[in-house]
Amino acid sequence: MKYIEEFREQGLARNIAANIAAEVDPGREYRLMEFCGGHTHAIFRYGVQDLMPGNVGFIHGPGCPVCVLPMARIDLAIRLLREENVILCIYADLLRVPASGRQSLMKVKAEGADVRMVYSTQDALKIARENPGREVVFFAIGFETTTPPTAVAIRQARAENLGNFSVFCNHVLTPAAMTGLLDAPRAAGEEPVQIDGFLGPSHVSSIIGSRPYEFVPERYGKPVVIAGFEPLDVMQATLMLIRQLNEGRCEVENEYTRVVSREGNRKACDLVEQVFEVREQFEWRGLGHIAHSALRIRPEYADLDAERRFAALADADALIAADNKACECPSILRGAKKPVDCKLFGNGCTPETPMGSCMVSSEGACAAYWSYGRFRQDAQAASA
Amino acid sequence: MTSVEKRFPGRLPIRDGKVDMSHGSGGRASAQLIEELFLRHLDNDLLRRGDDSAQFGVPAGRMVMSTDCHVISPLFFPGGDIGALAVHGTLNDVAMSGATPLYLAAGFILEEGFPLADLERIVAGMAAAATAAGVPVVTGDTKVVEKGKGDGVFITTTGIGMVPPGVEIAGDRARPGDAILVSGTIGDHGVAIMSSRENLEFDTTITSDSAALHTLVAQVLGAAPDIHCLRDPTRGGLATTLNELARQSRVGMRIRESGIPVRGAVKSACELLGLDPLYVANEGKLVCICPAPQAAAALAAMRAHPLGGEAAVIGEVVEDPHHFVQMETTFGGQRIVDWLAGEQLPRIC
Repeated sequence: MKYIEEFREQGLARNIAANIAAEVDPGREYRLMEFCGGHTHAIFRYGVQDLMPGNVGFIHGPGCPVCVLPMARIDLAIRLLREENVILCIYADLLRVPASGRQSLMKVKAEGADVRMVYSTQDALKIARENPGREVVFFAIGFETTTPPTAVAIRQARAENLGNFSVFCNHVLTPAAMTGLLDAPRAAGEEPVQIDGFLGPSHVSSIIGSRPYEFVPERYGKPVVIAGFEPLDVMQATLMLIRQLNEGRCEVENEYTRVVSREGNRKACDLVEQVFEVREQFEWRGLGHIAHSALRIRPEYADLDAERRFAALADADALIAADNKACECPSILRGAKKPVDCKLFGNGCTPETPMGSCMVSSEGACAAYWSYGRFRQDAQAASA
Repeated sequence: MTSVEKRFPGRLPIRDGKVDMSHGSGGRASAQLIEELFLRHLDNDLLRRGDDSAQFGVPAGRMVMSTDCHVISPLFFPGGDIGALAVHGTLNDVAMSGATPLYLAAGFILEEGFPLADLERIVAGMAAAATAAGVPVVTGDTKVVEKGKGDGVFITTTGIGMVPPGVEIAGDRARPGDAILVSGTIGDHGVAIMSSRENLEFDTTITSDSAALHTLVAQVLGAAPDIHCLRDPTRGGLATTLNELARQSRVGMRIRESGIPVRGAVKSACELLGLDPLYVANEGKLVCICPAPQAAAALAAMRAHPLGGEAAVIGEVVEDPHHFVQMETTFGGQRIVDWLAGEQLPRIC
């Protein structure tokens, strides 16, 4: 796998680790938030934490689309299946996300609801073409990375006059999430989360570029280094963040230059702009309602917007579903708590039987902790 | 064959015919399907008798019996088909006890409307696999379910075999200090299947590793007679098999990622789909756990066999009250290799 294994090479990792060890100030802590689930996954899968000095810690951020989706949106999808008898096309991660009343899309599928797993928006269009007598709804989810393909599908459906296809839009915006993350505790009267700097989004930045994060150092005084999802990317970006902090610099830097530019992918952004507009506000699991943090389909494409098309979704914005009270997903998503601080972690909440969304996706902090990092906590307990 | 032609009004329309409910009725149509399709390919003395059961003598000793259901989609895939897979799957389950497989039984559940030509391909695949393995299918059954009540063909096979004296292989026998070996590259079968699934078709040179492993087992046992555990890492892949064995034996395992053989094309496909080869299915590989002093002999015997050319020692059994499987990553860190939760699914972002 040329151009991939180079970024997982042990010798280079040791070099970067040696530089980090040599450059960290032993008199301070470095609390770095890796924004994306992809980073979290890489840190656990490759054991990156083992190569870090004890005073460099990763706080796992909210950049996992499944994890931040509020339960109400899954409840709505279930309502759509039950009341409107649609074919619902989803990405497979969504199947096990817990909904209200111990429901999930997997359970309603077993009861007979027509839920189809797709790998791309093109699969959903194909299902619509093959089932002209049925309403086919695509459950669109994800950050800026998955938004352009949804825009393409909507335009394609319009061009083809595909009258039975529509999109239930749940696309959200990354920079808004960072604002929410930095503002939310203050708004709730809590202590602000201690974050010294961000490993910035990888794939998302290939679309939007690095410019949209510039407010983070400017307004909040936190450095950002855009980092790829390979373990060497994570390590190099960590070194760059440590250097900024040591030198008292605070800016957006780009480690992931092989993919990300300052301006991003203009063509993709224009396409998104044509099809979507920004919502006044949107609920995020763990972060609450964040202004201007999500997209909706423009009125020009109203017929392709499931929220306008189906009565079952008419009050979509008003529906609020309460998470399990003991679930610490909200604090974990803000980086205020670690998965092991949650009473449910391992006690009923496991990847087989997730109670909170962070346990569902392999990119969620709890699932990553459970699958890859569990023995650390046992080792620590044993040595304590 | 002249007597066959007299018993039935016309020949079975294999080229363009379809399975219908009468083929499972037990009447003349059933008999014709058995004679002109199943028996023609799977022919052997015991099957040809046409009794409801097969009678045979067995040597004295310990017998093993195993059964396996096959519901694979798609039915035909690069490197095999459900017929051959149904033979290999059960032979391997029998062989993982160290036994020499002797006989197979096969049950077919056919969906009304299934093309007879496809059924013939499947039965021919089964026959070729059984012949190559030297283990005949000596009894069987066929039922037909209404259209929409099945998915083309389901096959259940059962096998019996005899364990040679002195061989003691079981999932609870792994001991701290034992060596862990794998007989070749992992993930080939799962990637071959995914490459041919609807909605996910992609071009790959990878073919399924579906194969009967009993001759490999015999060869390794000859060189390393004190093998403690053998298991074929099918569903859930290598990671799941190691976790099963760790739990059964109440031990932990330490493996090295760099020592695990994975083909470049499998790595690439897994990368693309967001999968981990450790969790991808195999149908022609085995995991062997043996006392460390016999590891070199077991490895050499595997590598000398056509199905074990890329065998490797991947780690060792350790004491661990949590029964964790831990891995030193190629990157130099440590991680836990957990049970698979649900299906391994492509990531969305």
